[in-house]
Amino acid sequence: MSKNVLAYSVSLLILAGAILLGVTVGTVSISPVVLWNPSSDEAAANILWNIRMPRVILAGLVGAALAIAGAAFQGLLKNPLADPYTLGVSSGASVGAVMTLFFGISIPFLGPFTLPVMSMIGALLTMLAVMSFAKLVDRSMKMETVILTGIIFSSFLGSIISLMIALTGEELRQIIGWLLGSVSMRGWPYVRMALPFVLIGSFVLWLKRRELNAMLFGEERAQHLGVDVRKSKMIILIGGSVLTGAAVSVSGTIGFVGLVVPHMTRLLWGSDHRHVLPLSFINGAALLIICDLVSRTIISPTELPIGVITAFIGAPVFAFIFFRQRKGGV
Amino acid sequence: MLEIKGITGGYGEKNIVNDVSFTVNKGSILGILGPNGSGKSTLMKLISGVLPAAGGEVRIDGKPMADFTAKELARKMAVLPQLHAHAFAHTVRETVSLGRYPHQSGWFSSWSDEDEEAVVEAMGLMDISQYEQTQIDRMSGGEQQRVFVAQALAQDAGILLLDEPTNHLDINHQKELLDTIKKQAIEKDLTIVSIFHDINLASMYCDQLLLMDGGGVVRIGEPHEVVREQDIETVYHTRVSNHPHPELPKPQITLLPGVERESSEASIRAKDFRISKDMVLYQSPIPLKTVSSAVVNAGSGWFRNFMNRHVDAFYNINNSVQEMSEYIEESGLKTTDTVGMMTAVQTEDAIIKEYEGPFGSVVIAVTAGVGNGVDVSKAVERTLRVGTINTWILVNGILSDEAFIQAMITATEAKTKALQQEQVKDPLTGTIATGTSTDSCLVAATQQGEELPYAGPITELGKLIGVGVFECTIEALKLYQLAKAKSL
Repeated sequence: MSKNVLAYSVSLLILAGAILLGVTVGTVSISPVVLWNPSSDEAAANILWNIRMPRVILAGLVGAALAIAGAAFQGLLKNPLADPYTLGVSSGASVGAVMTLFFGISIPFLGPFTLPVMSMIGALLTMLAVMSFAKLVDRSMKMETVILTGIIFSSFLGSIISLMIALTGEELRQIIGWLLGSVSMRGWPYVRMALPFVLIGSFVLWLKRRELNAMLFGEERAQHLGVDVRKSKMIILIGGSVLTGAAVSVSGTIGFVGLVVPHMTRLLWGSDHRHVLPLSFINGAALLIICDLVSRTIISPTELPIGVITAFIGAPVFAFIFFRQRKGGV
Repeated sequence: MLEIKGITGGYGEKNIVNDVSFTVNKGSILGILGPNGSGKSTLMKLISGVLPAAGGEVRIDGKPMADFTAKELARKMAVLPQLHAHAFAHTVRETVSLGRYPHQSGWFSSWSDEDEEAVVEAMGLMDISQYEQTQIDRMSGGEQQRVFVAQALAQDAGILLLDEPTNHLDINHQKELLDTIKKQAIEKDLTIVSIFHDINLASMYCDQLLLMDGGGVVRIGEPHEVVREQDIETVYHTRVSNHPHPELPKPQITLLPGVERESSEASIRAKDFRISKDMVLYQSPIPLKTVSSAVVNAGSGWFRNFMNRHVDAFYNINNSVQEMSEYIEESGLKTTDTVGMMTAVQTEDAIIKEYEGPFGSVVIAVTAGVGNGVDVSKAVERTLRVGTINTWILVNGILSDEAFIQAMITATEAKTKALQQEQVKDPLTGTIATGTSTDSCLVAATQQGEELPYAGPITELGKLIGVGVFECTIEALKLYQLAKAKSL
């Protein structure tokens, strides 16, 4: 079991490092001392606690949510190319979010949580639609079929979003920036909005870790092993949609995090979901914090959308996994 | 105990399996046989509950399957399906450990000692412990198959459903796996249902067989009731021949090719026998189906070369098989293709004659030495000595199994009659000898030409054998007496 201890230690260490870098590096360099001694530099402490820390935590939450959702989707579909972005689920969540803004929807009792909840509903409906359609096309749900279906839905939903943007005036132009994915200028309210859903969604998926292990060998095999496949599948879909919806509603569509992180995690520490899920959570958080750091420092003072950075890393990884799978390699 | 009552079902509207019923008791194995598309795998899916049945029911230990939750069912019944696709790399241990899923419950349930034991034992049984940390997709098909069998064993269920468990395995691992499963069935009182492609393996290992065709039961029962030429031929549309297993009281089948074997016309002729002072040798242009009591390659088989070798009276018979085999190889022949006999008689005194009948011809070859003639009715407690009548009957025709045996009986009777005619006596008792202590007989046939189902004296073949062996034996005995007289 020492391998697992190592896996968690290394991952947590990287996360801690990422957080530390995330809050200290930037246009204004801040000494880490400010973290535990705010009085040493009031101005710096202000930037650290009110601007950088919520941003870093939000990036971490989004990364964690997308990575653990990706890991679960991949296990569920036995498809290493699946992630909220490639499946079109992120687009579905975006439609939910944009619709909320466009129609000014506000569900009573939910208040500020209307946006994430609508995102989640969009994500879940899209996921169900993608899976049903892929199953209609090809009963065995081949890897390529599922991804193609994801692209079809993604494009279609994208056009709906474009339409809604075109129909509105200037005020929703900002949505375009949001769509490309960003965690900047969000602040604590967004952290509070995403946090409960990310925690609940991740916990739900973690509860299904053993079922995911069994389902990797196919739904029939899982049933033989005693898994209630229908129930587990639904729970995993809901869990993944909650996570995706939460992430998208606060940060827009950030692609490939759910693809790259679980892949790297499996490569390094094996495919057992009991560990893939929590490790993906930690590593996803670390990765997105670092990506965000790069996005705001690389051509400073201009900020790149974080989605650009993740796609820059993610697309080649996607190509690489696809190549390896088609060549019948590991 | 597993009871299947009138189960019916398939995919969508179409029922693939119709009204199948059977019961499998604890500690026994039921094998499901049937051609491709006969509904074997569908039946398996109906039994395992993966496919909902359109009619009938499955009862486990008397309780309907519908009363079990998925986990409860998995604790009662483990399944080894046919195909194993996996997109992600798993180690052998992880894969086998999954078999423990139904035994774990609760949110945080951890790995118990019992889980560990079951996994270690299953890996040991399938001989994969040394691969524990290996990724299964780096293993051969056969090794992977063993991993999945181990997974099913680790599940520790009373009922085991196996869909072609010997898929991808070499013969050693086929045997090992089925031995293990059989042993488990007996030791742990498991109820096992398994699909087989190999009828012979199924016959060997199963207590009951179920032969399916077109989604229904053709025959169910013990292997001898199911593995019958006629049923197998009808169901599989393949010609087969049925024969007993050499060690077990189980029937086995052999495929008969649909393509006529391209073999040259050949007939056995007396003139083709080569006689020297060392041996009588007949080399056939085609393999002959042979039954004999020779030294080398006794029993039945297909052979090309027939050797009756001269050895002196002091030949050490203790190591005769080994020595004779070496002798055959030294003579430039292959032991795998040669029947070898021995005689102390001068082989130049062999009598070889050809007899024509309406069906074809028979060649009889006899060497006779009666230095220790025996009256078989008084043969109790006698020491063995060399002194032999070797009788060969080579037939141009197709002999049935009965004909081979009847030919031997007829030849033996004719030989005894010849000894009586020649007044050969048992030197110990003074009575008329019936043979010698080490006589050998060989019947071989080209299996071409006319079919000869019987070879008793009532048939043309039997008559020729009777006359031929009688005549040849008398002539050989006369030459023997002459040679003996000369040497004195």
